[in-house]
Amino acid sequence: MSAPNYKPHLSRSEIFYPTFERKSGNKEVTHYCPGCGHGSLHKMIAESIQDLGINDRTIFVSPVGCSVFAYYYFDTGNIQAPHGRAPAVGTGAQRARPHSVVISYQGDGDLAAIGLNEILQAANRGEKMVVFFVNNAIYGMTGGQMAPTTLPGMRTTTTPMGRDTRLAGNPTRMCELISTLDAPIYVARGCLASPKHTMRTRKLVRKALKMQTEGKGFCFVEVLSACPTGWGMQPVDSHQWILDNMVPQFPLEIFVDKTDLDHDDYIPPKAPSPETFHEVIRIADAANQMAPAQPETKYKDPRIKVAGFGGQGVLLLGLGLAQCGMMEGRHVTWLPSYGPEMRGGTAHCHVNIADEEIGSPLISKPTVLVAMNQPSLTKFEGELVEGALVIMNSSMVPNKPKRKDLELLELPATAIAEELGNARAANMVVLGAYAGYTGVLSLETCLESLKTLIKRQALVDLNVKAITKGFEFGKAARG
Amino acid sequence: MASRPDRGRVEINADECKGCLLCVSVCPTQVLARTTNLNKQGYFSVGYTGSGCTGCGFCFYTCPEPGAITIRRLEKSA
Repeated sequence: MSAPNYKPHLSRSEIFYPTFERKSGNKEVTHYCPGCGHGSLHKMIAESIQDLGINDRTIFVSPVGCSVFAYYYFDTGNIQAPHGRAPAVGTGAQRARPHSVVISYQGDGDLAAIGLNEILQAANRGEKMVVFFVNNAIYGMTGGQMAPTTLPGMRTTTTPMGRDTRLAGNPTRMCELISTLDAPIYVARGCLASPKHTMRTRKLVRKALKMQTEGKGFCFVEVLSACPTGWGMQPVDSHQWILDNMVPQFPLEIFVDKTDLDHDDYIPPKAPSPETFHEVIRIADAANQMAPAQPETKYKDPRIKVAGFGGQGVLLLGLGLAQCGMMEGRHVTWLPSYGPEMRGGTAHCHVNIADEEIGSPLISKPTVLVAMNQPSLTKFEGELVEGALVIMNSSMVPNKPKRKDLELLELPATAIAEELGNARAANMVVLGAYAGYTGVLSLETCLESLKTLIKRQALVDLNVKAITKGFEFGKAARG
Repeated sequence: MASRPDRGRVEINADECKGCLLCVSVCPTQVLARTTNLNKQGYFSVGYTGSGCTGCGFCFYTCPEPGAITIRRLEKSA
C-alpha cells in the first residue's frame, strides 16, 4: 500500500500579495490584532475573487478604520477613501469603469456614523457595488469608543458606565435600514462567531460578489465580527460574546434577495465633454471671442473686490467682469461671498483677471475695490495694496477713504442709473466705468457680455445705456 | 492492522500564527493545540498534534491570517 497522498485543499489565496509591503511591521502577516474578524473576512473575499477570476476587474475601496490598510493585502485595484466616503468613491469608480466589480469595505464607525449619508444615498441609487460592513459594535482603530452599533449597556471607553440608550440612542441596524429602500438587491447579515456562521457568511460574501460580476446592483453584506482588543476579551470568549449579545440585537437574516433579477445593462451616461461645457458657458465660442484690450501695465492682471448691499447687483457685476475677461481670452475666477439674506444683507465677490493661470480665487490684497456703499469702503479699505484703485459709488458713499495713497474714481453710479430709468443698473454703470477708466476691458466686450449676463431681453437696452454711460464717464475721468 | 489514513492534514506556519487560539476552539476533532514554541512575533503558536485531521477547513476559515493555515485533503486512490 502506497503512502497516502495529500493534495492542497485550502491555502493562502493568490489574491493576497505575496508579501505585505507595509511601511513597518512584519510583512508576512496582517496588521490586525490576534482574533480580529477582519482577517477572516479578507480571506473569504480573496477566495471568492480568486474563484470568480475577477481580480483584474475588482476595485477595492478601503475605508478609514482598522481595515484602512486593505490595499496592502489585496492584489486588485485599490483606492483609499476619506472617512465614511467609500460608497461615494465607489460610485465614481463604478461609473468611470462600469464593468468593474467595486467593493466597498467599511467598519461600523465609518459606515454607520460619519458615512451614514453616503451609504444610504449609494444604496438608494442602487449603485452597482458590494458593501462589506464589518460590525464590531465599537470604534476599533481609535481605541474602543462607542459607535452607533454599540449595544445598550455596553461598556466602551466613552460609555464607561454602559451605553445609556436614553442618552446615546439605540444601536443602528444597518441591514434593516437599507432593506427599507427600493434599490438594493441583496441585503444580508452574517457573523464570524462559529464555524457554522462563518461558513454561512462565506456563502453570503460569494453570492454578493457573484452578483457584482453580473452587474446586477447594490449588495450589502453585514458581518458581525469580534474586536477582542477593544472589548478586552480573549478571542475565543469574544466569539461567544457575539453569539450571546450581538446576534439577538442584530438578527442573522437575509433581508433582501432579488437574485432572480435580470442582468441590468444600464450604463450611466458619460459626463459631458469639456467642449460641451465651453459651448454652454460660451468660452470657446468663436463668435463670442473678443480682441483683448491692451491696458496700461499698472492696471493689468487686476485683483478686484466688489462689495455692496445685497440687491445692488454686486455678484452680477463680478460675474460681468469675469465674463468679459473670459471673452477676451484671459484667465478669470469669480468667488462670491454673501450672507443668507437675498436683499439688504452685505455681499462681496472676488474677481481675478489675469494673463497667467490663477493660483487662488481668494483675494486678500485687492488692487481694485468697487465700493457700492459706505460700509464696504470702510470695511475693505484697509486691505488694499498701496496705490490701489477705488471705484466708489459716490451717490451712496458720502465719506472718502481715509488712506491717502489710493487712486480714487468717484462715480455717481446710482444717480446715473436712476437718470437712465432704473437704479438697479448701477452695477453696469460701474462695469462700463471700470473698462473706460482702466482699459482692462473694451467697450465692445462689455456690451457683448450682456448677451450672457442678462436673461430678460427687455432689460438689455437699459444695460447697454448704463455700460456706455459708465464707459464714457470712466474715460473722461481718466482724461 | 493498519488504521485508515486521516482524511486531511493541517499545516501551521508557526511564524504567522498570532496565538489567538480560535482554530483550537473550532476544531471538531480537537487536533490543534497551543505549543510552547515562541514564534518570531512573540506568540506561542498553535501546532497540529499529528493525527486526526478531517480536512474540514473550519480552522482555515476561522483563522484571521491569510497564510497561517494550509489544509490538505487525502487524494482518493483509485
